[in-house]
Amino acid sequence: MLGAVTLLLSCQLAGEILVRLVDAPLPGPVLGMVFLFLILLARGHVAEPLDRVTGTLLDHLSLLFVPAGVGVIRYARQIEEQWLAISVSLIAGTVIAIAVTAWIAARLMPPEHEHEHGDAP
Amino acid sequence: MSDPAISGLWVYLASAPLFWLTLTLIAYQALNRLFVRCGRMPLLNPVLWSIALLAGLLAATGTGYDSYFAGAQFIHFLLGPATVALAVPLYRQFAQVRRSLTALGLALPLGSIAAAAAAVWIAGLLGADLQTLVSLSPKSVTTPIAMGISEKLGGVPSLTAVFVILTGVIGAVAASTIFRILRITDQRAMGFALGLAAHGLGTARAFQFGETAGAFAGMAIGLNGLATAVLLPVLLPILLAPFV
Repeated sequence: MLGAVTLLLSCQLAGEILVRLVDAPLPGPVLGMVFLFLILLARGHVAEPLDRVTGTLLDHLSLLFVPAGVGVIRYARQIEEQWLAISVSLIAGTVIAIAVTAWIAARLMPPEHEHEHGDAP
Repeated sequence: MSDPAISGLWVYLASAPLFWLTLTLIAYQALNRLFVRCGRMPLLNPVLWSIALLAGLLAATGTGYDSYFAGAQFIHFLLGPATVALAVPLYRQFAQVRRSLTALGLALPLGSIAAAAAAVWIAGLLGADLQTLVSLSPKSVTTPIAMGISEKLGGVPSLTAVFVILTGVIGAVAASTIFRILRITDQRAMGFALGLAAHGLGTARAFQFGETAGAFAGMAIGLNGLATAVLLPVLLPILLAPFV
């Protein structure tokens, strides 16, 4: 388990370092996610301790947003002044994003082959 | 609080990291239990209500955010490793990605751009300021990645966190109506759109449409996190151009 925690933190640290070295606009942990993904591809499986640690983290993922979220109290005035723009953007923007993505995906998706095991198409 | 012992105790508690850390854990778990008991109604989202409750408490007691964060930072720190951990579900769903490569290869970047462009342009036309626009731009992306993107591009991670969660709630509530109007019945397309546009909350909704929709939604979360992190730094100056 300690090994799995170390692997996660090492990936994040490597991401943070590389992002700073090449001055990339990417968040360090996102690059860390890519590193871990590549490691898993190379290994070909998810080891049990890593599965347990990531499972625990992801099961409680939403809790982790609360501390930063509470920080909105610092921006109460900004929200109050722009509430209309923010609400319309959130509602209409989300509907547009879902509609565009679903429409494109539905038109381009290959036919479903539920009971096939070949690597078609 | 006239009793000096109680007010002395409050002085200790209000500034003690342990108090705000514990309170955050208690508030979240209690609200999460309520959410589960009420059939996971999107409007009862435990993150949203935990934030409202704790922010209300800070305001009511005149406690500064810095005192709160001195305790809550221990939870906040885990966001980084949790973002890295998203590689595991992405890896598990990789086989699905390869099978629908053309569809997803187009739907992913176009959906990702549509999500950011719609959010920024609508808010911009209605007069939101630049900081708000930047904070809105990654609102479809899963919270940990969205907060990182927002910070990198000059937004406010706290605002982004709240925008992202509200986006998830809206997506989960509106999904079935959108699919009905567009006559979309392909579970893979529905799931992919929900995960891309409404992250974890959309994925929870997608699982109610079926296992396939859920799997495609889960995959879309990680893919859009990645796509937006790469595309948005290039795209944002263009999106913001009419408003600067």
